[in-house]
Amino acid sequence: MSASGLDLTIAIGGAAGQGIATPGNILARLFGRRGLHLYAYNAYQSIIRGGHILLTVRIRDEEVHSHGDGIDLLLCLNQDTMDRHLEILGPGSRVVYNSDTIQPAEVPDGVLLCPMPVSELMGDSKNKLIQNTISLGVMMSLMSVDFSVLQEALELLFGRKGSAVVEENVAMARAGYDYGDASFESFPVPLPEGDKPLAMWTGNSALAMGGAAAGVKFYAAYPMSPSTGVLHWMAQNARDLGIMVRQVEDEIGVANMVIGAAHVGCRAMCATSGGGFALMTEAVGAAAMMEIPAVFINVMRAGPSTGVPTKTEQGDLWQALGASQGDFERFIVAPKNSLDAYNTVAELFNLVDRAQCPGIIISDLLISEGTFSVDPDLIDLHPAIDRGALLVDPSPDGNYLRYANTESGISPRVPPGYEGFVHVVATDEHDEDGVIISDEFTHPHKRRTSVEKRARKLEGVSADVLPPTLEGPQDAQVTLVGWGSTYGVIREAIEMLSEQGVVANHLAIKWIVPFHGEAVDEILSSAKRVLIVENNYSGQFARYLRSETGFSANGHIRKYDGEPFMPHHIVEGVLDLLQSRAAIYVPDQEIIV
Amino acid sequence: MSTAQSTTEMIGLELVRSPTSPRDFKGKVTPDWCKGCGDFGVLNALQRAVFQLGIKPHEILAVSGIGCSSNLPGFFNAYGMHTLHGRSLPVATGAKLGNHQLNVIVTGGDGDGYGIGGNHLMHTARRNIDLTYLVMNNQIYGLTTGQVSPTSRTDMKTKSTPFGNLELPINPLTSAIMNGATYVARGYSADVKHLTELIKNGIEHKGFSLIDIFSPCVTFNHDQDFVFFKPRIRKLEDEGHDPSDWKAGCEKAMAWGDEIYIGLFHENDRPSIDSLEPVLADGIPLARRPLGLSSEQGSKLVSRMM
Repeated sequence: MSASGLDLTIAIGGAAGQGIATPGNILARLFGRRGLHLYAYNAYQSIIRGGHILLTVRIRDEEVHSHGDGIDLLLCLNQDTMDRHLEILGPGSRVVYNSDTIQPAEVPDGVLLCPMPVSELMGDSKNKLIQNTISLGVMMSLMSVDFSVLQEALELLFGRKGSAVVEENVAMARAGYDYGDASFESFPVPLPEGDKPLAMWTGNSALAMGGAAAGVKFYAAYPMSPSTGVLHWMAQNARDLGIMVRQVEDEIGVANMVIGAAHVGCRAMCATSGGGFALMTEAVGAAAMMEIPAVFINVMRAGPSTGVPTKTEQGDLWQALGASQGDFERFIVAPKNSLDAYNTVAELFNLVDRAQCPGIIISDLLISEGTFSVDPDLIDLHPAIDRGALLVDPSPDGNYLRYANTESGISPRVPPGYEGFVHVVATDEHDEDGVIISDEFTHPHKRRTSVEKRARKLEGVSADVLPPTLEGPQDAQVTLVGWGSTYGVIREAIEMLSEQGVVANHLAIKWIVPFHGEAVDEILSSAKRVLIVENNYSGQFARYLRSETGFSANGHIRKYDGEPFMPHHIVEGVLDLLQSRAAIYVPDQEIIV
Repeated sequence: MSTAQSTTEMIGLELVRSPTSPRDFKGKVTPDWCKGCGDFGVLNALQRAVFQLGIKPHEILAVSGIGCSSNLPGFFNAYGMHTLHGRSLPVATGAKLGNHQLNVIVTGGDGDGYGIGGNHLMHTARRNIDLTYLVMNNQIYGLTTGQVSPTSRTDMKTKSTPFGNLELPINPLTSAIMNGATYVARGYSADVKHLTELIKNGIEHKGFSLIDIFSPCVTFNHDQDFVFFKPRIRKLEDEGHDPSDWKAGCEKAMAWGDEIYIGLFHENDRPSIDSLEPVLADGIPLARRPLGLSSEQGSKLVSRMM
């Protein structure tokens, strides 16, 4: 339990085009400045106007790891939101809505209705989105936040649009605030203040900024949800940071451009989602064969094919593992949250530069498009940069061999443009000097040497990647295993289980390749009961774990409806599987978005 | 990290003298093309062109895709990348943007550039990046032993069209002109002197240069061979063609019969993307710049997140 006990989840629902983003941004900024931790998840559809959007913003005065289990304060911007979500609200929750246009159906026990007579409050205003501002005022009064805090946030947001817009919004917010104050019972716990202001970012901006900090000089992309935020961040900051950003005709072009820029010595990166990554995969193998370091990000969405572009899933694990034909060297990593995503980019660039091979980051919609608070002091703006054997100690006898068969397998790299090191690289198999051995004369011994040389690189560099460790009590009743973005929600579920007397611990997997099979097997073999939690149908990670270790889990909690896990889904899954001894538990998604 | 200069000093290397003849651009590997292949003439012209322009091997990056003609970088003394089938243009674009001081020359065939890589050609042309693209157009798939290509004529019989090709061939020159390429030419591999001039001008042109080259396949294309081309080839410069007139250039490029034109069809001075891009404005190649964020850049980014 946090210092003040604050754990408040606000949801704003409406149709695309109703301006949900603006109150969402104001709330995030306001809470961040107040030092509150935030985890926001936006459930939306692939539509520009209409549909149903539900932005869930959960705030605490300590770290928050998921979007939580319920809704404490629901703002309905349309009737549809009221109809969809009123029935799942619990006692003590509040519903704010425009009583001119929206009516509640059957109100569950203990839910407090907060109808706003918007037309009365808006007076002469003709601004159709003004109900959003009025409702911000009402919500602030419900949270017992001093009006000046909201006024400051509105001035910041609308300042650019001129004083008339600022004045109108402040006046409308004030009207809502005063009305709320006079008419509705505020939450029992007033909104506390944290120790220091927190920053806000999305996972995509964390990935992009992580690239900038790692020294990315070339970024290319083709827009694809949910990865496009990386492109937007890069495009916005390109000129300030001296990063070449190109939107390319297709993801095949993207990946190959990245390889070209990387070969001449730039740190180069690209991001896409599964469909685009499918197009990139031939190039991933090309980077491995030519020994060119580059980073490819796959932000997963629900597949297969076009799938559900705006919904999340962990369904591309085997796509990443199988990305490109042949046996080849690459790193694959699945960050566990936004800050980890930020740090992972520099970490991965160092590894791929040292091993001269591609690296793949698997993110997903939940991490990439979510908005999260981050302590600005935790953002390492100057991560260590290790470019490996780039421009160091080329062959001393004057006969530069790009693919010198060294003991480590790492051949010193000199990019094009330097005098005295002219060489040709090839996607065909080649000898130490880069001359291809695939056409006129193939040579089994040379082929074997080249394969083994490349393999040695990865083995050596991988030794520096630390194995995962078990979080929580060693002798827990149950061990939950997850990978990537489920880290936070599993962590919260474990806290909730402990309140219910179930002792659980957590093995969170971040590194897919190198996979620390021995360490993982040792941990899991001594666990009492192992349950794997993943956001897909077939248990992709469970299958990978079995392939790498021979270990089969006792049970599985899987979700594949497009929505991310909520903590109670996992808690209920654990309780059910402990009792029923069934193999698989699939939670039901109650919030229909 | 040491710079190349210090690396070279450190180990006392000074391998390269200035080239004294086109032969200094011979690569490590002897070409494995069939005897009489048109591609020999293209390699020869390229070696003469860079020699005559006074460019040194390390200042060149030759990028190719896959196919007989894409083996060229291995036969050419310069930095080279023998990339994926159809992907030479994006790789070359990334390389040029990463180090815009390099002379980036792209080589490949008609299947590589107009078939599997066709989408990239259109976009590279409109991007107008400063590359010189030599397409050895033999109107056949040679390395896969003789199937129809995107430039094979209608009715042509190949292993994959044994009853004749039903499709229309692409016209790479009009396509490139219409899509914004700023130097569009055609050469003939049997006229090395003429081709050398086209390549030299293409390299010197600041923008995307497409040089389509009739480079007959002596093994698999007995339809458009040297015997076919020799009596038909006409030079645009002898016809008084004005390369700034793109419409006339397209008309000349469409001619296919008793008279087939080579030479410069169209040229204009629209600025290249690498010259327009503000990120490159200070002149230092991206690949040679310091990595990471300055303190000022870092605090600005964080302050915007607050």
